[in-house]
This record gives sequence, C-alpha cells and structure tokens, in this order.
Amino acid sequence: MLTSSLQVARRALLHYFRTPQLVVLGTLQGALFLLIFRYVFGGDLQGHGTSYVDFLVPGFVTTSVLFSGQGAATGVADDLQQGFVDRLRSLPVGRASFLVGRAIADSIWNMWGLVVCAAVGFAVGFRPQGAVFDDLAALGLCIAYGFAFEWMFVLIGLLSGTPQAAQGMAFLVFPLTFVSSAYVPVSTMPGWMQAFAQRQPVTYMVDSVRALTLGARAPALLGHAPAYFTGWSLAWAAGTVALCAPLASWWYNRS
Amino acid sequence: MTAVIEAHAVTKRFGKTLALDGLELRAESGQVVALLGPNGAGKTTFVRAVATLLRLDSGDLRVAGHDARRQPAAVRRAIGLAGQFAAIEPMMTGRENLELVARLFGLSRARARAAASEVLDRLQLSEVADKLARTYSGGVRRRLDLGASLVGAPRLLLLDEPTTGLDPRSRSEVWDAVRSLVARGTDVLLTTQYMDEADHLAGHIVIIDHGQSVASGTPAELKRRVGGRVLEVQARYAEDLAVVAGALERLDQGHAPVHVDQATRKVSVRSASGADWLGAAWSALETVGASVDDISLRQPSLDEVFLSLTGGK
Repeated sequence: MLTSSLQVARRALLHYFRTPQLVVLGTLQGALFLLIFRYVFGGDLQGHGTSYVDFLVPGFVTTSVLFSGQGAATGVADDLQQGFVDRLRSLPVGRASFLVGRAIADSIWNMWGLVVCAAVGFAVGFRPQGAVFDDLAALGLCIAYGFAFEWMFVLIGLLSGTPQAAQGMAFLVFPLTFVSSAYVPVSTMPGWMQAFAQRQPVTYMVDSVRALTLGARAPALLGHAPAYFTGWSLAWAAGTVALCAPLASWWYNRS
Repeated sequence: MTAVIEAHAVTKRFGKTLALDGLELRAESGQVVALLGPNGAGKTTFVRAVATLLRLDSGDLRVAGHDARRQPAAVRRAIGLAGQFAAIEPMMTGRENLELVARLFGLSRARARAAASEVLDRLQLSEVADKLARTYSGGVRRRLDLGASLVGAPRLLLLDEPTTGLDPRSRSEVWDAVRSLVARGTDVLLTTQYMDEADHLAGHIVIIDHGQSVASGTPAELKRRVGGRVLEVQARYAEDLAVVAGALERLDQGHAPVHVDQATRKVSVRSASGADWLGAAWSALETVGASVDDISLRQPSLDEVFLSLTGGK
C-alpha cells in the first residue's frame, strides 16, 4: 500500500518536473504575475498601513497553491482518460493507492511552487516583520491550504472526465483568488462583492499568512489577532477535505 | 483442456443499454481467443468485467479459476491488461514505465528492474528503452503498453483493441509481439473489430453482437460457415455497373446475391467455390466489354461474415 502510493506519487512528480511547460512556464508566469502587480498596478495601490509589497506577497504566495493545484485536476482526468487508472485497478494494489499517491505528489508540487513564489517575493523586496518561527508557521499553513484545495481539484478531475473539461472547471480559481483580500484590500470593493470576499476561505487564508508575516502590527492593520484568521482558515481547510476527500474516494471506488 | 475464462449468462446494463445480454463464453488455455464484433457489441465491457474493472449485474464469470466477483484480488494477480489507450506516462522512459508497473505488481526494486529488462528485450524495445515515452511512435507506445501488462508475468493477457488507430506497419509490429507471447505460453484474450486481425492471431474466435455470442470457432470453421471468398470488381465507369453485375451473376448461376455499391463503383459476389474464379471472372468481363479498374479475390469482411451469421438482421 505504501509502496504503491509512493510509486504513483513518483510517477506524477516525474510528470510535473519533466514537463518544461509546467516547470519553466509555470514559474515564469508566477514571477511575471507578481512583477505586474508589484510594479505596474502597485504604484497606485496602497498596502493600507504597510508597504504594498509586504501586503501583496503573502496574498500572492497563498493563492499560488490554487494555481499550482489545478495541475491535480488535469492530471487526474488524464490518468482516467489515458487508462492509467484502469491499469492500476487491474493490478493487485490497494484501491486507495491512486488518491494517496496523488495527494503526496501534489503536495510536493505545491511546496515547490510555494518556495519559488516566496523566493520571487523576497527578490522584489518583501520582508516579513515577524519572528522566523512565524514565517515557518505561515509556510506550513500554505501547505495545509494547498492540501485541502488539492482534494477539491482531484474531485474536479474525477468528475470532469477529460483534461480539457477539468481545465475548464478549474476556472473557478479566478473568482476565488481575485475576489479575495489577496491582491487588494476587500474594503476597496463594492458592497455586494465585499459580502462574498470577506467570508470566502481564500480571504481568511491570505489574512492568516499576512498576520503572521506582518509581525506586531498585524492586529492593528487587519482588525483581528492572527489566531482568528488561522482558526477560520483551518476550519475551512478541514471542511474542504472532509467534504471532497470522501466524495473523491467514493467516486473513484464505485464501478 | 482447461478454461482460462468461463462466462455463463453474464449480464451488464448501463442505464437503458444492455451491454452484455446473457453472454456465454469459454476460452481454453493455450491459445489466443479473439472477441470479434462491431463497436458497441459489448467487447470492451466484457474485457473490463474480466479485468475486475466493473461488476456484472448477473451471471457467473470465472477467470483463471477464480470467481471475478468474489475473488477480484486473485484475478488481478493472474491477469495483465492493455487497453485501447496506451496507459504509459509520456514523461517517463520506457524502462521507468515498466519498472513502475512491476513495482505496483509487488516486485522488489531489483526484481522489477530485471523483469523490465527482460520484457524490453523480448519486445525488442531495448534500443529505445531509455528515451522518454513521449518520443515514441504509436506502434512503439502500444508495444510498450503491451510490455507493461507483461512485467507481472500474468497467466492471462487482456488486449482491448490493441491495434485500433495504428498504421499498418505498427499494426504488424504489435501482431508480431502478440505472436511471440503466445509462443511462450501466455493465454491471450483479444478484442478487435478487424476480421484479418482475428484471423492472423487467434486460434479461436467468438463473434459477439448486442452483448451476445453469435458464433464461435476456429477462423477456418467460421469462414467455412460463411462460405468461400468474395470476388470484388471495381468498374471504371458507373454506366458499366449493371453490365458487370450481370456478368458476375451469370458466372455463379445466380446462386449468391451480387452486391453493387454505386459510390465506390464496386460489385462484389461471394462464392463457396472459388478455385479458378478470378480467371473465369476476368474472361466474362472481357466478353461483355466492361472497363475494370481493379479486380480481387478476398476473404469475407467482418461485415459479410456478420451479415451471414446473423442472417442479415
């Protein structure tokens, strides 16, 4: 069971890291995205009490798990369509191996994306104000959020059937990431949009990371202590896993 | 003889479609058994049931002596599956793909490596083994996929339309690979839409349609039941079609129906005799003065075998 999950994970990781479009373009795209926000829009955007770069980078790093997580949806759909899932099911391996293996691989892929994004963030002038321990905790939270969204993407991949459909359905990351506090403060949005932006999980997650990296100023700037955002975020993450993981394994196991 | 697959009254329904409708099938060990039928006949559904990928609604299915429903794990240890798609990871080399499947089959790292090398040798893939599978041609990909189903040294190999979508050269490469497997004693269940594929590879053919077994036997037996060969003439001009049809009808004294296809300007007739048929037809056509682009004597096509065995229904 462990061996087979690791084999599935290794295969998915080799696929990610040997596809130049995913590694090079994915990284470049992320970097470009950050540069545009930092230098093109950033001139006119304020951090509301802090520099825009210190406001933006936590949002950018946190939402990166949603962008790199999309790979899980297309990957799962591809494995279904191209017969890898059939082959796996016809082999004497535990049924859970596929989903567990994917979860391992996609978590590692997410971490790679997080590290790259954080490095680009530092390069454009981001400087966390909190203790090193807080920064590590922030990174840990991002990994946990990535893990939660991964199950959503795996479920999308299973339900959509074809990689193209999976990619189309993964489009929902755009409202989730942009209509949140990731790139601009929610208070600048129209009232009806704030109603969604304030309550949706990505905002809590971004603010939890922001609270940890802003240091002592965080409660004053964000209105709540870090524990408030972290609590809500982890609750959302746990809820996502609790909903999507059983659905995904039910869908995978039925035949 | 022992049976490697025994299916008795197996039924599977998908919504309103009855994919398997009381199918009866017995595949003896020691040969290639071909499941022949048109698209939607139930071939893939049956293979998936044998591979324990789907659960039958009713009926008995025994694979390599195990009940497919109650002992799926034992069945999985006995089979290898190669599907319509080549289930290989394009970003891994051929060798890595095979080692992956071997590891999943439960072999240790060292044994997986040895098994992969052996299969690569056997399928003559050693030369390309260390290139990414992405760079392989369609035929090589299918052969590698075949190899992946072999690394676990299965007793029964399931090949679901192994050559669909391949060019003729790749097709014959896959055929050679299958033949070499049989020579080593692996039992094979193969599905195909092509009569010639079944003819080349199989010792026993089961024709299925609408989820039922319509006929079965050796290729020779089936062809005898259908009768002889098909003489096909392509006329140069559409106006000549009636004359050509008349000439061919007289040739056979009107025993077999003459089929005329306006679109391709082809006239065909089936006959049980056939020894000196081509010569006789040629002179008959010369006598009536029809211009002919092509004339050939061929095996009945799947359509023709099919129409004849199902009484054209």
